[in-house]
Amino acid sequence: MSIGSEQPTQALSENSLDKILKARNDFPVLSQEINGKPLVYFDNAATTQKPKVVTDALVNYYSGYNANIHRGIHTLAEKATSEFESTRAVVKEFINAPSTEEVIFTKGTTESINLVASTFGRKYIGEGDEIIVSAIEHHSNMVPWQILAAEKGAKIKVIPINDEGELLMGEYKKLLNERTKLVAVVHVSNTLGTINPVKEIVSLAKEKGITTLIDGAQATSHLDIDVQDLDTDFYAFSAHKVYGPTGTGILYGKKAILEDIPPYQGGGEMIQEVSYEGCSFNVLPYKFEAGTPNIADVIAFKHALEYVNSLGKSNIRAYENQLLEYANEKLSEIKGLTFVGTAKEKVSVISFLLEGIHHQDTGIILDQEAIAIRTGHHCTQPLMQRLNISGTARASFALYNTKEEIDRLVKGILKVQKMLAS
Amino acid sequence: MSETASIADIENEIVEEFSFLDDWDDKYTYVIELGRKLEPFPEEHRKDENIIKGCQSRVWLHSYTENGKVYFKADSDAMIVKGLVYLLVRTLSGHAPDEIIKTDLSFLDKIGMKQHLSPTRSNGLLAMVKQMKLHALAYKSKISE
Repeated sequence: MSIGSEQPTQALSENSLDKILKARNDFPVLSQEINGKPLVYFDNAATTQKPKVVTDALVNYYSGYNANIHRGIHTLAEKATSEFESTRAVVKEFINAPSTEEVIFTKGTTESINLVASTFGRKYIGEGDEIIVSAIEHHSNMVPWQILAAEKGAKIKVIPINDEGELLMGEYKKLLNERTKLVAVVHVSNTLGTINPVKEIVSLAKEKGITTLIDGAQATSHLDIDVQDLDTDFYAFSAHKVYGPTGTGILYGKKAILEDIPPYQGGGEMIQEVSYEGCSFNVLPYKFEAGTPNIADVIAFKHALEYVNSLGKSNIRAYENQLLEYANEKLSEIKGLTFVGTAKEKVSVISFLLEGIHHQDTGIILDQEAIAIRTGHHCTQPLMQRLNISGTARASFALYNTKEEIDRLVKGILKVQKMLAS
Repeated sequence: MSETASIADIENEIVEEFSFLDDWDDKYTYVIELGRKLEPFPEEHRKDENIIKGCQSRVWLHSYTENGKVYFKADSDAMIVKGLVYLLVRTLSGHAPDEIIKTDLSFLDKIGMKQHLSPTRSNGLLAMVKQMKLHALAYKSKISE
């Protein structure tokens, strides 16, 4: 297993490795003990921990220049506005968007997707139309489409997967037809770690003039994101999965399409002029940003991205790849353990099952050992139905995890097996 | 357990049993053992309407009354939950509806298992307790009719 071939990982120089290993100290939450043992945090696919620069940025905003943005003329408002807008510029670079007008702040991936469903969906999807998703979507990239489809009489089509957890691209091609109005596919599976061939997915849709949305929630902390290279119409992700704060996220959209579709919510900031008779909408990106946004968290998000940039995505990827390979090797030695999801292209997410043991028991006992993993269906219930299981245990790694922690996981799993041996 | 033992008596009995177990390994090993002692769940009652769905594990619950007392049978697909199900059935089964409705199950706190009844654990146990009390309430109104 390796990390995406489209994203070559360079060998990690000693210098870079040293930098990554030291980065752990930037995350205060990781130095605590649970049940008298040092915490091992392996639930990074759910949310990543925050470096001190991010929490400092939150405190600095509230204690230094808390003010509403865009309309104030006083010094604090100007500082807040300029910090807020500078995040937009950093996000633009981070995903290589052509302009900041195409970077919209939302509450997170889920809201980004709902925004597209409510605007593009309402305008362009009608009875008998088809929306393509994949069999490995999490609920956020399924439920908004199901709601829309029910409202409009449209249909959801699902790209099937093989037993390794990879999309069957041949089947995908067969699903594309003149009724297809949207392809909405996850970049990286949160449950299996599979990296989807999103560039190819988009390009096949584009050949038929179909709009595309890529759900990048799990991809942005691991992979280089280049929305121009992908050529996708929409790209959605959350700050909190890229070492940033919760409650904020991004919707990237191509300018032409964002100008064409109606606003998402009505209220302050998204209007230019309002009279009793009606209103005119503001320019991009403000047209989609009604109301006072999550100012502090958006500002702190910039610091998260700058932090990631300072370490270097390719260094992070190379390091996480080492962790993944090490974990694969060590966990393979455990009798009765099976991996769920063995795609050739995957990020540092390992889902597994222990023979005869319920995943919840695994999670509870590992928690007693101060090892935080995720168990359950990971908000991908249709995928669980496809795999015919009720859930998995999932360990997902981030830049601050270590091989020693993986050794702890292995020991913990052996303990789970011993305690539950019948 | 005598026929006349109250819920409080049984709770004390359980707290006493757990008081000999010092570290969490022993406690959880004991809970897992207790799960194995749970009486087999009658297969005819293992149906969808008897499932209490948690986010992670499932619990089956069936109840009936005899001589004004409420009896429970239950099961779970996860072992730790199953052990806790055993404790709940042992505590609540065979009592008058009123006694069941009023109990606060404080023993779970005393044996260090209270976190399993927290709303965030989403393992079906909290829902199971609610359901047991609801059953008791339903039988109570039936009995008083």
